[in-house]
Amino acid sequence: MGEMKLFEVFIRSKSGLHHKHVGSLHAADAEMALMNARDVYTRRQEGVSIWVVEAEHIRASNPDQSQPWFDPAKDKVYRHPTFYPMDEEVENI
Amino acid sequence: MTDALYQYCLRLGDTALLQGQRLAEWCGHGPFLEEDIALTNTALDLFGHANMFYRHAVTLNPAVANEDQLAFLRDAHEFRNPLMVELPKGDFAFTLLRQYLLDAYNDLLYAALSDSTHTPLAEIARKAAKETAYHLQRSLLWLRRLSLGTDESHARMQSALDELWFYSPELFEAHDLLQSLQQEGVAPDGQVLQRVWSERVLQQLQSCRLEAPQSGWVATGGWQGEHSEHLGYLLAEMQFLQRAYPGCEW
Repeated sequence: MGEMKLFEVFIRSKSGLHHKHVGSLHAADAEMALMNARDVYTRRQEGVSIWVVEAEHIRASNPDQSQPWFDPAKDKVYRHPTFYPMDEEVENI
Repeated sequence: MTDALYQYCLRLGDTALLQGQRLAEWCGHGPFLEEDIALTNTALDLFGHANMFYRHAVTLNPAVANEDQLAFLRDAHEFRNPLMVELPKGDFAFTLLRQYLLDAYNDLLYAALSDSTHTPLAEIARKAAKETAYHLQRSLLWLRRLSLGTDESHARMQSALDELWFYSPELFEAHDLLQSLQQEGVAPDGQVLQRVWSERVLQQLQSCRLEAPQSGWVATGGWQGEHSEHLGYLLAEMQFLQRAYPGCEW
């Protein structure tokens, strides 16, 4: 497709708080990507706000590294605020 | 007044319908998927506008049962659209240049029509204006990219302009039927629209390094139902199903 770039598309729904990844598309530049995203990904009222990001600007974690990256957090319950018992006097800390 | 209003609604509906039909011909043939969807989305919007105008026309003419009859059972000489919209879709440059000229026109037309003294028309225009604003943004994007792109894209845009330019005066053509409508504030003043349109369009074309041709045959005949040879073929394709299987439904 010549010089078409890959863009990832994120849409925030009307009642939503954050943009969700809904898919990708090819476009020549960012403005066209935005218009294409509007035509392809909001036809059925999926959202009211669109972000497009050139895929090459997204640095994603390596799925092959999932174990060393994310497993260690599994058995560290002390990292959660609910782990610590609080005295009544400091209930609202 | 009612016949003038009826004819005017036909012109508005026919113009939108045929724009939609020519855009719909890109379905499955777009340069890439996203553009295929964008062109056909635009076509659907235009069919929606046509539908609204036809539905109102039906209320003005007891001889017509519904809007489908207007779209699918009238012959070429009964259509009131300006000739520009019935021309074949051409290449991508032709389609987008034509769409730009028409979007710039529709943008002004619907803005003015939103203040029509005839409330049903004003309501239709207000709804159509929103969709048209987006169409115009889209065709502006393409106008600039194609005309300021490669040598080939520029050449194709220029030859599209050479072909289309003298079809545009007909969009603003004065007609006896329009006079009473304009006086009553139902229809906007074509001359005012033309002035603003020409200003805006020529400015855009200039910044795109496109030159409008200086002389040529000015298209006319739509109001009289005198159309180019292209309309017949378009209607044959568009109307075949309804004529071969009258009253058929999904």
